[in-house]
Amino acid sequence: MTQVANKSEIKARVITTTPRLPDRIFRAIMTFGGIFSFLVLGAIFIYLFQRSAPVFQEFGLKFVTGSQWVSGDGLPASQGSTDPAVFGLFPMLYGSLLVAVVAMVIAVPISISLAFGIVFYLPKKLSTLFTVVTDLAASIPSVIFGLWGLFVLVPHASYWARLLNQYLGFIPIFSSEFPTFDQSPFVAGLVLSIMITPIITSVAREIFSQTPLELIQGAYALGATKAAMIKTVAMPFGRSGIVGGAMLGLGRALGETVAVFFVLNLVYDSVNWSHILESNGGSIASLIVAKYGEASPFEIAGLFGAGLVLFMLTLAANLVAAAIVTRTLSQVKTGKKK
Amino acid sequence: MSANTLVKPAKPWLKRSPQELFTSSLPSLIPIVLAAITVLLTGLSGKTGFALAWLVFTSLIIVIWPILVKSKNLRGDLILQSMVAVATLAFFTAVAWVLSSVLNPGLRNFNFSLLVGDSSVVEVDSPLNVGGLAHALVGSIIVVGLATLISVPFGILSALYITEVRGKLVPYVRFFIQAMSGVPSIVAGLFIYAALIVTQVFPFTGFTGSLALAILMLPTVARTAEEVLRLVPDELRNAALSLGGTQTRTIFQVVLPSAKTGLITAVILGIARVAGETAPLLLTAFGGNTVNLNPFSGTMATLPWYIFSQMSLGTENDVARAWVAALTLLVLVTLIFSTARILGRSRR
Repeated sequence: MTQVANKSEIKARVITTTPRLPDRIFRAIMTFGGIFSFLVLGAIFIYLFQRSAPVFQEFGLKFVTGSQWVSGDGLPASQGSTDPAVFGLFPMLYGSLLVAVVAMVIAVPISISLAFGIVFYLPKKLSTLFTVVTDLAASIPSVIFGLWGLFVLVPHASYWARLLNQYLGFIPIFSSEFPTFDQSPFVAGLVLSIMITPIITSVAREIFSQTPLELIQGAYALGATKAAMIKTVAMPFGRSGIVGGAMLGLGRALGETVAVFFVLNLVYDSVNWSHILESNGGSIASLIVAKYGEASPFEIAGLFGAGLVLFMLTLAANLVAAAIVTRTLSQVKTGKKK
Repeated sequence: MSANTLVKPAKPWLKRSPQELFTSSLPSLIPIVLAAITVLLTGLSGKTGFALAWLVFTSLIIVIWPILVKSKNLRGDLILQSMVAVATLAFFTAVAWVLSSVLNPGLRNFNFSLLVGDSSVVEVDSPLNVGGLAHALVGSIIVVGLATLISVPFGILSALYITEVRGKLVPYVRFFIQAMSGVPSIVAGLFIYAALIVTQVFPFTGFTGSLALAILMLPTVARTAEEVLRLVPDELRNAALSLGGTQTRTIFQVVLPSAKTGLITAVILGIARVAGETAPLLLTAFGGNTVNLNPFSGTMATLPWYIFSQMSLGTENDVARAWVAALTLLVLVTLIFSTARILGRSRR
């Protein structure tokens, strides 16, 4: 009886697809979390830009293209300084690129071969083991690479460099005007190549392991050898992914600080165009660590400018890489790419 | 005549016989033997000599071997196989070299008192039984722990945005997280220095160090968390919603608990990513000689900073301390990493 009486009082519940208030609040929180990374990237740009403004006002574009880094008395010439500070980043900028290129030349072929091995050649157990070891190698701290590079690798590598110079010195990049081979871009590139190989390998491995099985088996059924299958199926399938992985590695190599700081001799006022065996190089990240300790406020602004240039450089490399990798993987998932 | 020209069919379905296995691995074995002989007979000596000779012979073999092999199909296979063998050997030799050169001096100079004492009584080149690195170890744990507390909520929230809200911004969110994972560590430190320390919001403290590390940690946490949250089947979400749960309750009571171990893995991988970061800490947490338990006041020593500063001193005993600290850091990172691996495996 009471049920019937109550029935008339119950309103029919409105069926709706709009979320309720707590949901709307939490969805807003999640959206904020989602765009947080964008906010951080924006804040990094704005702060570095604002703090480095004095340097860009003083030197303009010369800050990037000039080849001088003189601390002077810490004041620019425009403020009536007798011993003016002059900042030009170009040797460091070019040095960063040179070291990164050396590292890429060593690391990319090794990474691709390693990924082939893990995905196509090695037995399952061995390839799992190698995957774990590569991932572990990716998490070795960079300061340990610096320690190892400075005290263990440099003596060996300068010996290798001497041999290269002695026997292949007729090739321009292996020639050297000074007989010192320590702390050269070559050594720094070697250290970096060990650090970025795991990164490129893991991207290449992921892409290759997504190769459609029916295509692989189709190739085998047509009588292809493993090499022919890789050449005609896996490589075309994974090419753009490898480019993306290499760009990720490039970004890492450009931004690496401590390891390079210890194994590279920074020369601020001359550009080492191609003599990778000479003890003469540059790196923006290492410049910041090297100069930051006793810098005047104006020089700190210069270092912020250097950081801004480095940030833009790695951001460009990473955005390109992210775009390529994301596109390749999503094409795989939606089945567009076959 | 006809019997001779018949091609013997290959049998890819058979396991390769030991003889074939031997023949196919010859290109990678011969350089090793030749390099060993060279080292024994000629002026080249030691590990370096061996590595160099091996490199030269391998490059030669890669070029010559395929020319010697007559079958065109086999040729391609052999080139690739030797490339894979060389790359694998070269990379893992390098990694083993790094690890062993940390283990050797690290273990030789290891002294338990180093893990207990701090640097307050240590001077340049003090013998190893004086003081230790406890202050750096404690500092590292505090700074990394605080960074975890800051970055994990944001990392998981952005992963939740991608898997639960599924709004219009999803591709952009993913794009920016990936871009953020490429921010160089020194730039993260420089940013915190520019935003907080120069503007005198905070002095050099452990907390500013944590903020810099959190920037580096966030993308790792977000990406791993996204992957594990995507493994939660939609049926579970739909079941929870059809029982009348709001989306918020579904997320907190169904989605997150069912991905718990995966999320823990994400957090641990994030910790492993930043535990060894040095450059941002030089600009933010700086260093110190004594144990500092308060991350909001005073500079704070961390293990990577300790290695960096001892290395820069460069005397024999200080470098020995750096090796011990490197060993400690390496053991820590490996432990963290293995925990993540084991947790990650039990999930599947």
